[in-house]
Amino acid sequence: MKKTGAEILWECVVREGVEVVFGYPGGANMPIYDAMLSYPIHHVLVRHEQGAAHMADGYARASGKVGMALATSGPGATNLITGIATAMMDSVPVVFVTGQVAAHLIGGDAFQEVDVTGITLPITKHNYLVTRADEIAEVVREAFYIARSGRPGPVLIDICKNAQVEQCEFEYPREVKLVGYQPVDHAPKESLEHAVKLIEKAQRPVILCGHGVLMSKAEEALMNFAIKTQTPVASTLLGLGAFPASHELSLGMMGMHGEVHTNLAIQNSDLILAFGMRFDDRVTGTLKTYAPHAKKIHIEIDPSEVHKNVAVDVPLVGNLKTVITDLIPMVDEYDHDEWKKQISDWKAEGDSRSIMNWNPDGKLHVPHLVSDIWKATGGNAVVTTDVGQHQMWTAQYYALDRPNRWLTSGGAGTMGFGLPSAIGAWFANKEEEVWAVAGDGGFQMTAAELTTAVQENANVKVAIMNNSFLGMVRQWQEFFFEKRYSAVNMLSPNFVKLAEAHNVPARRVTKLEEVEEAIAWARSFKGPAVIEFVVEQEEAVYPMVPAGAALDQMLQRPLKGSGD
Amino acid sequence: MNYTFIALVENKPGVLNRVASLFRRRNFNIESLAVGRTEKPEISRMTVVVDCPNGDYDAHKIEANLYKLVNVIDVQDVTHQPSVTRDLALIKVMVGPEKRAEVNSLAEIFRARIVDVAADSVIVEITGTEDKIEGMIELLRPLGIVEMVRTGQVSMTRGVNDGVRRMPGVNGNRFEDLSEMAEMAP
Ligand SMILES: Cc1ncc(C[n+]2csc(CCOP(=O)(O)OP(=O)(O)O)c2C)c(N)n1
Repeated sequence: MKKTGAEILWECVVREGVEVVFGYPGGANMPIYDAMLSYPIHHVLVRHEQGAAHMADGYARASGKVGMALATSGPGATNLITGIATAMMDSVPVVFVTGQVAAHLIGGDAFQEVDVTGITLPITKHNYLVTRADEIAEVVREAFYIARSGRPGPVLIDICKNAQVEQCEFEYPREVKLVGYQPVDHAPKESLEHAVKLIEKAQRPVILCGHGVLMSKAEEALMNFAIKTQTPVASTLLGLGAFPASHELSLGMMGMHGEVHTNLAIQNSDLILAFGMRFDDRVTGTLKTYAPHAKKIHIEIDPSEVHKNVAVDVPLVGNLKTVITDLIPMVDEYDHDEWKKQISDWKAEGDSRSIMNWNPDGKLHVPHLVSDIWKATGGNAVVTTDVGQHQMWTAQYYALDRPNRWLTSGGAGTMGFGLPSAIGAWFANKEEEVWAVAGDGGFQMTAAELTTAVQENANVKVAIMNNSFLGMVRQWQEFFFEKRYSAVNMLSPNFVKLAEAHNVPARRVTKLEEVEEAIAWARSFKGPAVIEFVVEQEEAVYPMVPAGAALDQMLQRPLKGSGD
Repeated sequence: MNYTFIALVENKPGVLNRVASLFRRRNFNIESLAVGRTEKPEISRMTVVVDCPNGDYDAHKIEANLYKLVNVIDVQDVTHQPSVTRDLALIKVMVGPEKRAEVNSLAEIFRARIVDVAADSVIVEITGTEDKIEGMIELLRPLGIVEMVRTGQVSMTRGVNDGVRRMPGVNGNRFEDLSEMAEMAP
């Protein structure tokens, strides 16, 4: 049957299981928007294409499926860039479809022509420029396959306008044929055996649980492995939720703002089992002294990550879930009681400095607020964040027991991610309650999406932690620039009025007594809500490993008497 | 040190750009790059010579990242493998009839050929390894080189390729000796 290129696009997209797309129309993708009306697709009209990218990203992270976003050529496509890079850095499967000028105009600087495949080359897993309708079916099929398989990531398809309107015979490609792209599943047997030998010898093992655990849906395999070998599990920022925070083997978050006992465990371990993580500089501290006594086993789907930052003893390149599942019957049971005892001693020491022990001092502190939200939601909300201090505090204090409900921009650290990703996450499961924890700075970067939330009646609650500063930058200036504050004082609009102008109910909370009630209020109805918490201005995130320091050289929260 | 990689890539628009962009993105300097068809029309073959300041550590990184490109079918680091390597140069030398004999005898020694003769210049064609070509250039230089072009290095390993697609870090290859690797990381 003959169909237009735009129809073929939707035929294929629907077959990929896509139900919701986020986007913004324009001249170069109008045929795509026109054809969309005939397909069972819910389109979310955003206020800025960056929002569409983050929503598709949030949808993908929360659903475990491929997200999809649309934009027109030129400025529409360039507005996506930050969102594409964000998805790339965190290996999130999103297919982006952009309109492009007609093929015969390419290279002529036509109206709204931008070299989108050129610009996005380094920030996509793969991209395509489609100039003919008869290429579309195969390209879309490949794009979704590439996005979700192997190490997932964003794929962009730039479709020329003529290819959208031209007609051709449509036949859905039965299979994907990519000679140069064949993700591996199993790791070689000899390497597994080599790994088992190291596991046998280990007295002080630690598992480093990364985003890969979530991406390969290996949570159960990880649990079985950890229990059988009684190996404590530390998590990267993006790996949070893959292993239940409340489990006795859970060590919580590692790295720059990781917990003291977690980083000490890594530095003192004699075997590191890195599961789907990439030894980012934010989790290792200086490499010179990183885990100096540890043998290292690295299970990783992407061979280019092996030995990239940290040379390892046994690389197991393969699908994480498959490899762990293969390993489990090969390893013995252990108890590692002494090691676990040592770690819990360290933990007790670190906990004594915790801000959670503070008596109320009349001020609002973000860690307490996060904990209050955690209590109110039973730890069951889907939580997204912006980037900065509030992000780290949310990572530290919104203890997650379930996977795929923690959405944060880790690799890219993209401010403005919180609200749009929350809207996207809500589409993954509309029964869920989604909380976006934002900074006063980051919130203003994508605040226009409040109206998108209203338009879709998305059950998204925004907690703005307003410290009147670009807090994390301020903290660095305090610690490392002699408190010379430069361009960090943040004048904000009246957030309550801003929200109300978007028809979002909002409250401003300045006193401790109001906190609980405000959270209950926001939860008492479906649909978006905003709470602005006016918080302590010059709080610092602890513990902190200064950039370039060793992982166990943590700055710790100064001891504070209660109530002062 | 210079490393040599052979990449088999799909013969599609933009693939060269993807490969070149990768080197830029990962901050490597390409010393030489030669691309051409293979016995299969849908496949092109690239020989890339790259400066790897951190030796094998960099080489692994390049190999693994090339391998990640969807249009790259196979990558081989042939630096340490027995292989035949050739480069071709056309060198135009400013000589009148009186000095042609000198160029001619030099060409003979290097098994080069004179492929064009004009009133006051000749073009010498030479194939061989880097070293050989450099050697010839040095000797022609005093006579007056006015123009030169080189194809870039092409390489082929000796013997029959086993046809096994190697993946960095999977078949283990040179990283079996891991302690060695540990020392390589900068
Ligand atoms: C788009 C973008 N621009 C700049 C930065 C650098 N940056 C990191 S954290 C931060 C401060 C964020 O301030 P705010 O949103 O108020 O959150 P807080 O740290 O106070 O919780 C900045 C500017 C960034 N991560 N992303």
